[in-house]
Amino acid sequence: MIHSLLTLNDLHVTFSTRRGLVEAVRGVSLSLGEGEMLGLVGESGSGKSVTGFAITGLLDAAGRITAGSIQFRGRDITKMSGSDARNLHGAAMAMIFQNPRAALNPIRAVGEQIADAILAHKRMSRDEARAEALKLLRAVQIREPEKRMAAYPHELSGGMCQRVMIAMAISCNPALLIADEPTTGLDVTTQKVVMDLLAGISAERGMATILITHDLGLAARYCRRVVVMEQGRLVEEAEPRTLFHAPQHAYTKRLVAASPTASSRIADLVTDEESGRSVAIKVAPRPPPAPGTPPLLEVHKLAKRFDLGAAAVADFSMMIRAGESVGLVGESGSGKTTTSRMICRLIDPSEGEISFEGQAIGHIPARDFHRSPFRKDIQIVFQDPNDSLNPRFTAFDCIAHPLLRLGGMRAGTALRQRVEQCADRVGLAVELLTRFPHQLSGGQKARVGIARAIACRPRLLVLDEPTAALDVSVQAVVLQLLDRLRREDDLAFLFVSHDLNVVRMMCDRTIVLRNGRIVEQGASRAMFDNPQTDYTRELVEAVPHIETIFAAAVN
Amino acid sequence: MAGGMAAFGVTMARAGKRFLSSLPVLLGVLVFTFLLMRVLPGDPAVFFASGPNAGKEEIEVIRKQMGLDKPVPEQLMLYLYDVGRGNLGRSMTTGQPVTTDLRARLPASLELTFAALLIALVSAVPLGVLAALRPGSIIDHGVRLFCALGVCVPTFVSGLLLIYVFYYLLGVAPDPTGRVDIFASLPPSRTGFLLIDFLLAGDIDGWWAAFRQLILPALSMALFVIAPLARITRASMLVSLGSDFIRTARSVGLPWWRVVVTYALRNAILPVITITGIVFSTMLGANVLVEKVFSWPGVASYALDALLSSDYAPVQGFVLLMASVFVIVNLVVDVLYGIADPRVTVG
Repeated sequence: MIHSLLTLNDLHVTFSTRRGLVEAVRGVSLSLGEGEMLGLVGESGSGKSVTGFAITGLLDAAGRITAGSIQFRGRDITKMSGSDARNLHGAAMAMIFQNPRAALNPIRAVGEQIADAILAHKRMSRDEARAEALKLLRAVQIREPEKRMAAYPHELSGGMCQRVMIAMAISCNPALLIADEPTTGLDVTTQKVVMDLLAGISAERGMATILITHDLGLAARYCRRVVVMEQGRLVEEAEPRTLFHAPQHAYTKRLVAASPTASSRIADLVTDEESGRSVAIKVAPRPPPAPGTPPLLEVHKLAKRFDLGAAAVADFSMMIRAGESVGLVGESGSGKTTTSRMICRLIDPSEGEISFEGQAIGHIPARDFHRSPFRKDIQIVFQDPNDSLNPRFTAFDCIAHPLLRLGGMRAGTALRQRVEQCADRVGLAVELLTRFPHQLSGGQKARVGIARAIACRPRLLVLDEPTAALDVSVQAVVLQLLDRLRREDDLAFLFVSHDLNVVRMMCDRTIVLRNGRIVEQGASRAMFDNPQTDYTRELVEAVPHIETIFAAAVN
Repeated sequence: MAGGMAAFGVTMARAGKRFLSSLPVLLGVLVFTFLLMRVLPGDPAVFFASGPNAGKEEIEVIRKQMGLDKPVPEQLMLYLYDVGRGNLGRSMTTGQPVTTDLRARLPASLELTFAALLIALVSAVPLGVLAALRPGSIIDHGVRLFCALGVCVPTFVSGLLLIYVFYYLLGVAPDPTGRVDIFASLPPSRTGFLLIDFLLAGDIDGWWAAFRQLILPALSMALFVIAPLARITRASMLVSLGSDFIRTARSVGLPWWRVVVTYALRNAILPVITITGIVFSTMLGANVLVEKVFSWPGVASYALDALLSSDYAPVQGFVLLMASVFVIVNLVVDVLYGIADPRVTVG
């Protein structure tokens, strides 16, 4: 039997907010053995991070443990004095965080920061601590560690910063490591490297690890045991295999269904009762294109160079037919956003041609494109539903704006009807139209963004990571909505994403970009099942596929 | 530490670029002040004529001597030519060249301003940090009240109050008349800063006397600028304390003071540097009230006297001096920024 390292007993955490007390964790009980790796899975607001912060004593001033106990090596740390607790943190238990670059002090060399962490618990000279820090940088496989010692966080990539963070966390050989969304926001390939490193270090040093994540696939790949949290409660605890094949709790069922996998289809993402909420509005069908009409969008040898000379995008050619959905994938810095911005004419290309239904539009300066009749045909849905809505516009104003500016409509009953129709189509309740963005949930904001984009009945929708900021269950609903809108209105999609599973589901064809150049393109399923280039293979393999994990487990 | 040297080189290059780009501003200031002085009412020739009943001919002669009969553009060109050769003209009130006057009086103003700024920083930064560590507490409200009082009371009122309490009531402060006691012997002037000159001469008693003269005017100036400095320290400390890297520092169990000083305060200090630069330039020019109350022989009171007697050259020289100080202070802030924040790059 494994000796229990950490035991949570009926833990309650309450935050005092302006609107009164909010209970974020409501009675969580779990135990963790020495050296065990546990996945703690849940969506935003489920209380998973708060549980982690309660264990490591990092709750902010408004949060308090109101009931329950946290036993660490047989001692209740909720009743520990300040100095005892400080000796525990960093030494016996450590934590790594989401957004590694922000988690490091921006004006202190990373070597010094690691040395600080060592000196907080060990008696030695600064030089000895530096030598120790260098060893740690080697342990987390940072290239040229001597050089990196003096580097500042802004000079390192996100993956490098997370390695530094791991080095800091393991500096005093803790018995427990809590990793809070350690790879969210990193590229898939980096994600895999960092997670492999983390799992390797944990196994090697016998560290018990709690992996807090929203990504079921990630938890399943690295953990033997997964617990699922919803609204501050533990709803299910199982081996990943059982969790995926026979989820017990309704919430887990929904979560498992909503997580895109290599074989999932859009229709499977959401259970029927949920998808029934948005009303399918019949729109007048478009006339079928006459034979011989040019394709909807044609891009020829597009290139973009920014001031410093290096090409962000080069030699990019593609074509989209009416009603077709094309995916654009690549890691950060691959030029996918630059390409999509050029195509929707928000920035000017340095070279190349873009033609829309046979008419060249690449030469129209981006500044003046809003006056072009094609503006309403090419619309965009942005990544961040928070930042892309004007905070002083109500949902109604947001959707009405393009109708007034591009659709030539005037304020009045017709406009109201049209906006309400758009809201209906995206499944946004009409009574929400009077609200401001901060009064809407993430999913509702995403719907407003989509309604705004489709208000003028565009022909081509450029979607720039439309669901990257959303929880999986919300993502599932939004993806389904987008797919339905596309089929209803014969819309073409240019779908920019880093999530291969999503692209595989949503897109007929996919283009893989790397360093601004096309690496591979082809029909989505065929390409992902049988990638032709090493790079695409690397990308595909980096995605935690549940099926392959289980296949490997059987072997 | 080759990286450090390279970063320093980059910072200096940026500072040099900034300096060059501020030269046109200085020229603009020069021309603008010159024209402004010509537009203001008051005729220096009338002012400097021998008496109130001086005849028209006498005034005309003076005008001619001063070159005021020439057209304004020609006067401007002559002035610019002189400035280019380092000649700022002659003060009609003191009879001395303006450069000599400014050189004699600038150290007095600088010494006062530096002392005031030092007092302000030494009290404002800890106050701001304390307030940020316990937002909404008694300390926070106390600091806010103190700052509000400092801003509300004009410097000449606080100066007079300080004189009333420490000189008149308690008798611990010396006469509020200038930089040293009139009977004291001055040290040989090397830097113009009395505190430094006394130290260099090894005259501890003289140093103490000068220090006692300095403390009240410096204090009344400092009171006025503690508020902005403490408020900006509090605000940026709050941001800094709430950021992710403070959470990281706490998660590895760093000692409390290390989290607050090395991690939070060093990040929070950047906006404080900017505000300090602005405050310094403002103080140097705006301390005329304090200089008047304490009979301090500084440049601001010199410029005010000159302005009241339509004495063009000293006023123009003073404005040019202030503009130059502003440029230099900005350069210093730039360099400090480059040292404090490794993220600042050429831009």
